[in-house]
Amino acid sequence: MALKASKLKVGDTHTERLVEDLKRTQIVQYAGASGDYNPVHTDEIFATKIGGFPSVFAHGMLTMGMTGKMLTNYVGDGRLTKYGVRFTSQVWPGDTLDATATVEAVRQEGGAHYVDLKVATMNQEGVTVLMGNATARVDP
Amino acid sequence: MAVDKFPIEAGHIMLFARSIGDANQIYYDEKYAKSTEPGTIIAPPTFVQSSAQFDPDYFLRPKIGQPWFGSGKEPTGIKPGSADEGNVGRGLHAEQHFEYHRHLKPGDVLKGVTKPGKSWEKVGKRSGKLTFNETITEYYDQDGKLVITARSVGVVTERAPDQA
Repeated sequence: MALKASKLKVGDTHTERLVEDLKRTQIVQYAGASGDYNPVHTDEIFATKIGGFPSVFAHGMLTMGMTGKMLTNYVGDGRLTKYGVRFTSQVWPGDTLDATATVEAVRQEGGAHYVDLKVATMNQEGVTVLMGNATARVDP
Repeated sequence: MAVDKFPIEAGHIMLFARSIGDANQIYYDEKYAKSTEPGTIIAPPTFVQSSAQFDPDYFLRPKIGQPWFGSGKEPTGIKPGSADEGNVGRGLHAEQHFEYHRHLKPGDVLKGVTKPGKSWEKVGKRSGKLTFNETITEYYDQDGKLVITARSVGVVTERAPDQA
């Protein structure tokens, strides 16, 4: 269901759990679907011995994709007009992530209604792993 | 990324939706999708990134008959002293931005045209010198219409980030 501009207020939030105890296999599944097989994501031996990382870690785009699920569940199918993020910390196997959208503005442009959202995803330790913004078309 | 022909396929959308843990039936079930506002299966918002599958030269996919830098007998397939040594694994994704002019559906065939954006440097606390490079990709559909504009920022770090 699409959101209604008349029902939205600045400061409204929507939060979803994206993943609990992220598995290495899901990272590999994302590699297979997206085509990004970088061994820092898919190959523990390479990631630790060559990359110098404590383990493999998730693609930033996996976190962005999972966070996008929270957004589309909130704003409705096919309603996003903009979605952009910065990756602020790495996501590791075993992480549990929660994402929140916060209403920053409800506005009209060219006769259509839009909501501007601040987006943030946090891990189980309260570390922000992704920060960004999104805009969606809403009903009047 | 630059790609001549990126066919949007329902099976690929299904695999992608599974991998991001999204159970929304609009990505799986044509009949259900008909009952939604878009009226068709659409692609999740970050799906266009998987255009990498259709880039014949994509660096981060093992290619038939070519060396791969992941582990096998050795922790890496990169030969010591080769030009790639030291660079591998140092490139990370810093930012990604999408602008949707419309959402993708099975049957679309995209062409991605890439242009370089800005470049800048910064000294990070945990990874030494950071070099940022921006790339802008415009995805056009089979009618030559701009459907998605993507802006990606990559960062190359001097060393793996120190873990706090």
